[in-house]
Amino acid sequence: MDSAGTGGSPHSLSSPGAPTPSASSSAAEASFGNPLAPAPAASRLRAAFLKGRPALITYVMAGYPDRATSLEALRAAARGGADVIELGVPYGDPLADGPVIAEAAAVARAGEGGFGLIHAIQVAEAFIRDPGVDHAPPVVAMTYMNPVMRLGLKETAGRMRAAGIAGVIIPDMPPEAAAPWRQVSQGIDTVFLTAPTSTPDRLAIVTAASSAFIYCVSAVGTTGERESLAAGLSDQVERIRLHTDLPVAVGFGVSTAAQAAQVAAIADGVIVGSAIVKRQADPREVETFVRGLAAAMRG
Amino acid sequence: MSDVLLPSADMAYSTPDAQGFYGPYGGTFVPETVIPALQELATSYQEAIEDVTFLEEFISLLRDYVGRPSPLYRADRLAEASGLGAVYLKREDLNHTGAHKINNTIGQCLLARRMGKKRVIAETGAGQHGVATATTAALLGLECSVFMGVEDIRRQALNVYKMRLLGAEVVPVADGQGTLADAVTAALRHWVERVEDTFYVIGSALGPHPYPQMVRYFQSVIGSEILGQMEEKRIAHADAVVACIGGGSNAIGTFYPFLRDVPAEDRPLLIGAEAAGLGLDTDRHGAALTKGTPGILHGFYSYLLQDDEGNPLEAYSISAGLDYPGVGPEHSYLKDEGLVRYETVTDAEALEAFALLTRVEGIIPAIESSHALALLPRLAAELGPDATVVVTVSGRGDKDMDIVREAGLGG
Repeated sequence: MDSAGTGGSPHSLSSPGAPTPSASSSAAEASFGNPLAPAPAASRLRAAFLKGRPALITYVMAGYPDRATSLEALRAAARGGADVIELGVPYGDPLADGPVIAEAAAVARAGEGGFGLIHAIQVAEAFIRDPGVDHAPPVVAMTYMNPVMRLGLKETAGRMRAAGIAGVIIPDMPPEAAAPWRQVSQGIDTVFLTAPTSTPDRLAIVTAASSAFIYCVSAVGTTGERESLAAGLSDQVERIRLHTDLPVAVGFGVSTAAQAAQVAAIADGVIVGSAIVKRQADPREVETFVRGLAAAMRG
Repeated sequence: MSDVLLPSADMAYSTPDAQGFYGPYGGTFVPETVIPALQELATSYQEAIEDVTFLEEFISLLRDYVGRPSPLYRADRLAEASGLGAVYLKREDLNHTGAHKINNTIGQCLLARRMGKKRVIAETGAGQHGVATATTAALLGLECSVFMGVEDIRRQALNVYKMRLLGAEVVPVADGQGTLADAVTAALRHWVERVEDTFYVIGSALGPHPYPQMVRYFQSVIGSEILGQMEEKRIAHADAVVACIGGGSNAIGTFYPFLRDVPAEDRPLLIGAEAAGLGLDTDRHGAALTKGTPGILHGFYSYLLQDDEGNPLEAYSISAGLDYPGVGPEHSYLKDEGLVRYETVTDAEALEAFALLTRVEGIIPAIESSHALALLPRLAAELGPDATVVVTVSGRGDKDMDIVREAGLGG
């Protein structure tokens, strides 16, 4: 099996004998004593929530509709006033994503020479090097677990650090399975997701594991636009706050300026995804749309 | 033997661990939304199999509704044609609905009802698991939706019709290649949306924990019966026990009691037959264990056919039940540990085995099961003319008539 080389087993909490991602370096880097060790001290992601107002987090799919346009869309989102950029990595089986993002991923992957995690990190690096604005928003990569396993946990973390990526969101990596990633990802925040179905026990586990902020999935189901916000969203956010002082950002189904303003009134951050990806083929439209979201939230 | 055997609770071969890992394989890699449901499922499953009332109902349905135990039939003409001393066929094809799938759907649907769920969903490839789920849902009065790829709907029109007759909704899945893997993804996504009132009946020994363990338990009746029937028929020794592998539920159900109850020195060779499709040197096969590398798909870590970027690849087999790019995690563990040997069988070899069993025994097997039967001549060459081999015939071939006719069998 070739995964032991770089990727290693995803499994180390429950089997101490399982191979760790990198036996040679993990001893120095690893936090075996507390595998859910919290945030890097000087987190750029955390700082994005310290502006005295709710943060706007905008999702852009790397490589969609092509590499150059997705890079322009990132710059457009930054110009429009995004506080954090969430950069999606195209993947073939995106369990947590709805049709808009899944189809964008399919288009990106079908591009010349394929497009995956390595290419997405390159797009992030190009943006971070030349964001086109004075104060570039930090980039958090949203990827599924298997592309990271395939490239190798340590290799992925190394490339992300070199590119200047501030954090990751891996929706199919629960905190219980995150130890091997934590051991190699120093300097990169790992943001975990809560769900409407999370029990108090789960909220405690997820919030303890998360760094920089908590991603509150507002509704059951996959990403994508919804006509109205989930009932009880405010309670949901408050239930999370019982467990953590970290900022709580709300995503899944936030697609209009009015919804963004509603969420901004109850949460520390607003995550908009599918509604941006839908406009991504025209970066000017992205900029206008993001500007409208930011204005509504700050109005 | 007159009664149905179930695995005992204490297990010497003790996988998985509490987190659902088989060595490094298995686990739970899914969005947070369904994790509470999986934890609830794991608890309910454990309570159910320790509850005599639940087990009695499960056993009585297997006996009186499914028709268990299924026979262990001595196929002498097949043995002779294959050059073996004796061949025994475990006749899962004689179960109600025509395959092993119903052992599992009865267990899971009883559990769904016990958990107060009114609605079940399932994915299906060949349609056998869909029909078994629709059948069991009808029996227990549950609402049922079955996700099925559009390509499989085309290949298995008869089963689609059966499911609808049984009152199930068949949801066409046009994503990807329109086959089994796409149906699993669609069912998982749907489950994420409807997790509060819906029970997902997974059809093979795969998916996030506790599914592989639970499906193994419900299917272990196959291997447990084989062991009891061998004793009853005074078959002192089998040299090999063979089953086909798509996700691997009939195989793990066959092998597990041998792994758990038979000491290694007395244990027959356990051999799984994967689909080599058009050949391992092409990209048209379903041999995850033989040609894949470990990765995550559908919530678990296992051998997987994947590209350089970690995207699942399309699998192919003439049999809709074997064209899955992954494989149940316990099989990955058994491969690495050398406890089970995995071989591959091409479409052409499977068709040849299909034709042989049909002609010499008057038994028309599923093309999936024909992959296991195709190993018999190889085993004769390896083990000699006196060897005894047990083959699990996981299902019957009625559903495959169009495919074998297209392939030119029977003129």
